[in-house]
Amino acid sequence: MKKNLVICLLVLMAGSMVFAGGSSESDAKEESSSKVELNFWSWRTEDVDIYNELIDIFEAKNPGIEVNFTAYKNTEYNTILSAAIKGGSGPDIIHLRTYGSLETLAKPGYLMPLEDKVPELSGFGETVLLGATSASDGEIYGVPFASQTLVIYYNKAIYAELGLEVPETWDEFLDNLDAVKAAGYTGLANGGKDGWTLEILQGVICPNFYGANDFFNEVVAGDTDFTDDRYRGSLEKLLELRPYMPDNFMGIAYTDMQMLFINEMAAHFIGGSWEAGYFGKENTALDFDVFAGPVAKKGDTRYVSSFADSSFGMSADTQNSKEATAFLRFMASTEAGQFLTDKLTMKSDAPGVVFSDPFLGRVGDLNENNTPYIMLVGFRYDKPTGSELLQSLLQGMMADSINSTEVVSQVQEGVSSWYKPFQD
Amino acid sequence: MKNQVNKTFWILFFILPGLLIVTIFIIAPLFMSMFNSMYSWVSIDRDRWVGFENFVKIFTKYPYQDRFFNAIGNNVQWFMTTMFVQNTIGLLFGYLLFKRIYGSEIFQRVFFIPVLFSVVAVGFLWGLYLNPNMGVVNRLLNDMGLGQWAMAWLGDEKLATPSIIAVNIWRWVGFPTLVFYAGFNSVPMETVEAAYIDGVGEWRLFWKIMFPLIMPAVTIITVLTLIGSLNVFEQVYTMAGLDGGPFYSTDTLGTLFYRTAFGGIDTGLPEIGIGSAIGVVIYVLTFGISAFSIVALRKREVEL
Repeated sequence: MKKNLVICLLVLMAGSMVFAGGSSESDAKEESSSKVELNFWSWRTEDVDIYNELIDIFEAKNPGIEVNFTAYKNTEYNTILSAAIKGGSGPDIIHLRTYGSLETLAKPGYLMPLEDKVPELSGFGETVLLGATSASDGEIYGVPFASQTLVIYYNKAIYAELGLEVPETWDEFLDNLDAVKAAGYTGLANGGKDGWTLEILQGVICPNFYGANDFFNEVVAGDTDFTDDRYRGSLEKLLELRPYMPDNFMGIAYTDMQMLFINEMAAHFIGGSWEAGYFGKENTALDFDVFAGPVAKKGDTRYVSSFADSSFGMSADTQNSKEATAFLRFMASTEAGQFLTDKLTMKSDAPGVVFSDPFLGRVGDLNENNTPYIMLVGFRYDKPTGSELLQSLLQGMMADSINSTEVVSQVQEGVSSWYKPFQD
Repeated sequence: MKNQVNKTFWILFFILPGLLIVTIFIIAPLFMSMFNSMYSWVSIDRDRWVGFENFVKIFTKYPYQDRFFNAIGNNVQWFMTTMFVQNTIGLLFGYLLFKRIYGSEIFQRVFFIPVLFSVVAVGFLWGLYLNPNMGVVNRLLNDMGLGQWAMAWLGDEKLATPSIIAVNIWRWVGFPTLVFYAGFNSVPMETVEAAYIDGVGEWRLFWKIMFPLIMPAVTIITVLTLIGSLNVFEQVYTMAGLDGGPFYSTDTLGTLFYRTAFGGIDTGLPEIGIGSAIGVVIYVLTFGISAFSIVALRKREVEL
């Protein structure tokens, strides 16, 4: 009796393994005989339906190609993707992150250069293409998807109630913050528990004080470094915002910040253009708009930081490069760009896209004077990245554990350990 | 003879599946990370043999050195606080349960309930309770007129690690309680009675008779606390995040290892070589210190 049970269990175990292995393989073979199947991986679990809709449009135009869209959890995507690619089971089409994170896949040669395959790329802006270009060999590996802009959100109802106007200079901005604080609101929703929100704060406020593109170009070229007084001084500005942040702001995390602004408890929220869709969805009555980081004195050029958000690339060892190319050319088309812009409220970079959404129109206007989001665009190519250093160091500065001089000297020390222009 | 073969077959039959799992998921990765730690890496590709260079980097180069010793410092804080606060409370609770205080039947179960909760759920919920503006902890303090005590528990560099440790003590104190309780119960009653007859006071009874006799339980709890403190990860990950923020004040070897080996969510790039090296250091530390403490503590165990 006992023996029979054991044998039964063994047979079951062995059987399940055979079936588990066998079934998936036969499925794949059957379909590939009639249609070419492309696997497309992304981290946008929120947008699965929209991507599938877009893929339907593509498939209708390209009979014989089937695209399977799979989205993995944002925080696990990099790990899953790296492991799959290393194991030889990666997807054909890859939703790529930009700048330094692109390098993880581009440098070891896992991606296919696209410049000669996708002629549509020539229609994209130069700054946008930079996000999909590998710093190690200068090749373009992705079709840019969207760019993001860093802005200050404000609650229009509170502004109307208190008779405030959109500020232009730093002093006007502080005056507005004083006024909303006096009226019992939280001036600024931002906190310091999540270091990356402080890096964003820096991205919005500092460029107009460190000299935007001039400083960026100099520091990237190695003509100056982060200990430059222009940069250090611009960080000091962040300290002036502390009185307007929520009580115990060092304990305020990203989701708390969103909650404070969505529930109209805070009048301002400093963040990225990607927040708009979520704000509007969570509180349909919320009346908000955006303005760029304030400048030192009236009439100064007002810059916003922006960066390429992600791009679509192709695996270097895909078996179906012809079909994958067809799909990427479609993704680079105005039609696909317009579709994603309208459905996702994201600023697609595809040439010819019109922003019918008024918010995107505003963000587009602000982008007239844009500057690269400094650490992401310039200093995330090796470890320790400028971002990881700055995020934690700013936490230290905002909590008064260290001062701005220590922040810039530690950023400089960390980045110069790998950044060539700082080493000569 | 047949019986012997049969017995061997059955022993193998029951051991093999477990051994297979342990080999694949624990022993093989251990040696693989030792192997990986000896190489330099180009993002996710193994590059060339560098010997102990990655280890040298951890101990001597900015920012690895600073991060590593800061993390170890926090692990030490975890061990000290857990050892002295959690295990002392556990010892006290265990003794009170053993003494059959009023309601001990209920407390015996109540103390153990949080141990059964998932770390992630506890971390997430306490993260909400400790929220500076909306959390129940600060609300309660405000309502009690202790507004000046309301703090950014997880956002203040000095408070963040102690807060997370406190939550972990809340979750885990039932475990040492149970082990000590079992230890006290295994002390022969004649010994205790004999002591009472000889007129030994409660204090001396505890320190001179009970405590030495439960030394095996103390050894187990100490070693488990050591291992647990060196491997702290989930608690910090759920309550403070992968960056060990604010300003690295909650960073432990576990979060440092994960962040280095796999890269932060959107700031870091993977450094598998150095990450593996940190993993090996964690292993060596855990193994070495545990072995040492077992040997040291065994010497203090007494037998009747």
